Amino acid sequence: MRAYTPKDNVQAKAYYTDRFYVSPQVPRHDVSSDEVFAADLETISSKFTVNESYIEVGQMVVYINASDIYGVLELVRDELSYTQLTEMSAIDWLAKDNTFEIFYQMLSMTKRKRIRIKYSIQNGQAVDSVNKLFRSADWSEREMFDMFGIEANNHPFMKRILMPYDWQGHPLLKTYPLQGDEFAAWYEVDKIYGKEARDIIGPEIRDTANIDRYDSERFARLGFEQPKGTKITGDEEPTVQTYQEDGGVFLITKFDKDASKIVDDPQR
Amino acid sequence: MAQHKVNYTQDGGLPVALTSIDKIVNWGRSNSLWALTYGLACCGIEMMASGASRFDFDRFGTIFRASPRQADVMIVAGTLTKKHAEFIKRLYDQMTEPRWVISMGSCANTGGMFNTYATVQGCDRIIPVDLYLPGCAPRPETLQYGVMLLQKKIRANHASKAQKAKRLM
Ligand code: SF4
Repeated sequence: MRAYTPKDNVQAKAYYTDRFYVSPQVPRHDVSSDEVFAADLETISSKFTVNESYIEVGQMVVYINASDIYGVLELVRDELSYTQLTEMSAIDWLAKDNTFEIFYQMLSMTKRKRIRIKYSIQNGQAVDSVNKLFRSADWSEREMFDMFGIEANNHPFMKRILMPYDWQGHPLLKTYPLQGDEFAAWYEVDKIYGKEARDIIGPEIRDTANIDRYDSERFARLGFEQPKGTKITGDEEPTVQTYQEDGGVFLITKFDKDASKIVDDPQR
Repeated sequence: MAQHKVNYTQDGGLPVALTSIDKIVNWGRSNSLWALTYGLACCGIEMMASGASRFDFDRFGTIFRASPRQADVMIVAGTLTKKHAEFIKRLYDQMTEPRWVISMGSCANTGGMFNTYATVQGCDRIIPVDLYLPGCAPRPETLQYGVMLLQKKIRANHASKAQKAKRLM
């Protein structure tokens, strides 16, 4: 395995440069500019605290308090006809202020509008499950737990959904290395053969270009195979590969390349 | 002794053939390579195409089976995730000897483009592999050629000798 470089402050530094102009921020409009959204916001803010709200790319974004989420979603479902929870997950802002931002993307088929309900929680805090309101939250909340480690209270089956149950770590955290940590690198070897097999099986080869032309145990270019244990000089003669032995095969008609017809019409 | 005039030694009508045990066993083995249905990702589609009428695997005697206990060759066609790794080992162990493994496509060979935490970097980390097919995805012709090469490899065996069981370690 390659040496592990700590990625604790990976969010603080830009690790790429934009090749094209990227507008610094999508413009935000006041909610009063759209009367449907303005009426919706009115209803929400009459019952719950709204910390911030704006319209971004034609969708209203509403920031609420974490403890209100069940009530707010019930309200927008039953009274404002946002009957579908199309997506929910978390955003990792741990490097900035040690918080996660949780978002719920709602769709109203009758109004043809989408709103996004958001709130922040501290690292380690749990959220309230909305599984009772929307069945689609069931797997989404499990995925959020799997990927970020955020638990949902009152969820009927709070277990990992994508990664194996015995996995360690939460892969969508920004601090999680893309190629896996030590646990991930040896996961299958440890689980199937045990830790003592690590030496025998060896580390993962992560360099996909690492192909030894004469490595006959793993890869060899077709026609350049060499028997195991041969000393490789580098200018080996090609070995002719045919799929039938010279003497022919028992009970099978000998394949004659010259007598065969090549079909070169792709529409045959 | 029968009185009719059948020439037994003529082509086609052969009720008797003289050969060695080696040849007949290897002929049987190599021409009825039943493959375990093992489509894991997009390569599985090419594997299915090889089995379907246009490429027609059946004429090689390769018939896909849905049970490892009826299969001789496991065609690992696709991305092997770490979550699935234990199951490929279990299915391999359930296959009866002699058994062979074809690793089909870049993903099964090396992890391919999935250079991530969740992909096994080559299925030969879990099970011993006989043949690697390059490509993403390999064409059905590649898979057929691979099966032909595997048949050749099987024919080189001595059927009378007990075969060494293949183990990764
Ligand atoms: S090698 Fe390519 S085609 Fe095959 S499973 Fe991987 S990504 Fe899909």
